[in-house]
Amino acid sequence: MKFNIINFLKIYSEDKLALFFFINLIIILGLVIFGPLITLQNPYDLSQLNILDSLLPPLSQAYENNYFLLGTDDQGRDLLSAIIYGLRISLYVGSLSVIISLIVGIILGVVSAYFGGFVDNFIMRVADMVLAMPSFLIALVLLSILGRGLENVVFALVMSQWATFARVIRSSALSEKEKDYFYSARCLCLPQSRIIFGHLLPNCLPPIIVLSTINLAFAITLEASLSFLGVGLPITEPSIGLIISNGYEYIIVGKYWMSLYPGLFLLITVVSINIFSDRLRILLNPRLNI
Amino acid sequence: MLIFLTNRIIQSFIVLLAMSLLVFAAVYAIGNPIDVLINPEASEEEKLKTIKNLGLDKSLFEQYFIFLKNAFKGELGYSFVHNRPAITLILERLPATLELTISALLIAIIFGIPLGVIAGLNPNNLVSKSILATSIFFFSLPTFWVGLILIMLFAVSYNFFPSTGRGDTIEIFGFYFSFLTFDGLKHLVLPSINLALYPLALIIRLTFAGIQETLPLDFIKFAKAKGLSRFRIITFHLLKYILIPIVTVIGLQFSVLIAFAVITESIFAWPGMGRLIIESITLLDRPVIVAYLLVIVFIFMLVNLIVDILYSFLDPRIRISDK
Repeated sequence: MKFNIINFLKIYSEDKLALFFFINLIIILGLVIFGPLITLQNPYDLSQLNILDSLLPPLSQAYENNYFLLGTDDQGRDLLSAIIYGLRISLYVGSLSVIISLIVGIILGVVSAYFGGFVDNFIMRVADMVLAMPSFLIALVLLSILGRGLENVVFALVMSQWATFARVIRSSALSEKEKDYFYSARCLCLPQSRIIFGHLLPNCLPPIIVLSTINLAFAITLEASLSFLGVGLPITEPSIGLIISNGYEYIIVGKYWMSLYPGLFLLITVVSINIFSDRLRILLNPRLNI
Repeated sequence: MLIFLTNRIIQSFIVLLAMSLLVFAAVYAIGNPIDVLINPEASEEEKLKTIKNLGLDKSLFEQYFIFLKNAFKGELGYSFVHNRPAITLILERLPATLELTISALLIAIIFGIPLGVIAGLNPNNLVSKSILATSIFFFSLPTFWVGLILIMLFAVSYNFFPSTGRGDTIEIFGFYFSFLTFDGLKHLVLPSINLALYPLALIIRLTFAGIQETLPLDFIKFAKAKGLSRFRIITFHLLKYILIPIVTVIGLQFSVLIAFAVITESIFAWPGMGRLIIESITLLDRPVIVAYLLVIVFIFMLVNLIVDILYSFLDPRIRISDK
């Protein structure tokens, strides 16, 4: 059966729970992409904020007739708008870091598998060293050296993730290398770049796709944790982690909503991505043959 | 065994040396602690004096060799901020972190293995399905947010458990532990639950998968045919067989948890190493950062070694070979 998107969606939606979270994911992506069009205000345009609205609980009315669905923070910002803007930044940083790790991983993994020998050994020993350390610690140390900043966070996330990609891509490339189509391609004396990009890589795709989605969820959580600790993104790039950390001091006095709701949004995003990737893992299994 | 051990110790030593160079160069090459440490109104003379006192006027290589020379004496430099040996600062806080990590791991093991066994034995009933669903959910929970929610529920709304600090401690061999007093134990509950969620989910999944794979094997069928009780089959035959991957993961998780304790300690104001490193990062206290990392790498290697040795006790098929 030829792969097409409608067919895929049909089989995907056989699992109702997975379908529910898939729809969730699409809603979140919609919110994130069209965020500025649908939010009540631009939460970081100070002229739109009113200090009289600060620290309002959820569902309370604003000074100027608007309703704040999830309440406001200490600056009088609508929390829902802040969350949507925060998710934008979190998803942007997460996907950027995954894309870069993916590129680095593909290059190193394929080079490793294709050339073997000393190059392979060297790359894989370095990857092992990286994998031996918890990724949170690697990112924390790098950020403690580099300081806060969007580029630094992306760099730190890439440094803690590339090794997983390189390992997985290498192992699937190694098993593809033994297959007949690869030998035929070599016998045809095709250029190396074409063998790698035209033949080897497309066949390694399924595990790469699954790994990317898992790592996206992981990168988002990691960035949120780092930003929460105050070593991640700067205050000028308020990701969801920073919004939660902003509400942290108000928890003790019972103003729970400033940390609860951003965290719930983060949780729903991460769970949706995780369940999506779990479903993909089952569906992309070549033995099932969609 | 002896040769294996010496080999491993030499290897670990080389890794430690390489790590020290890497970390030292990275931490010392970037960021200037002088800006943070010296009063901007201090005179030029005073500035130079402080720089000289801290040894910051020497080149990177000189600094590294001085560091290395002292490291062999067991000194990992003086903290710029606290003006005390960095290693003492860390060792003072190590018991608190270990206490937190070990109790989290214990919670994960005590609840994780039985839940995994229950789910693994009858994968299709409702209880098992909900156990598995919860474990997937636990994987996705951001640790720091769960910490906040725990504080919100159990410390602010219902005053069950205190949310900050360690409470009363008791001194044993010069180190302070809080799990021996009732007050300390109460302080330990929330942080260790917070830290336990991730390894709990992992152990449930692992036990579940292990049991699923082992149940159809011949030796279980044979044990059943022999008429052994269900309890004996599960505890002596099944669990013993699946313990190896679980022990590996517990070992690895121990190191991961020490790293993740940074988050939990920051939220619950737990006076461990993790809080120290966050403070040191914000204050650019280089010697403490370097010492912390080296202590962490040392702990990792120690745990890995212990796990490797444990293998040979658990599985007679893996006897450590003397190469």
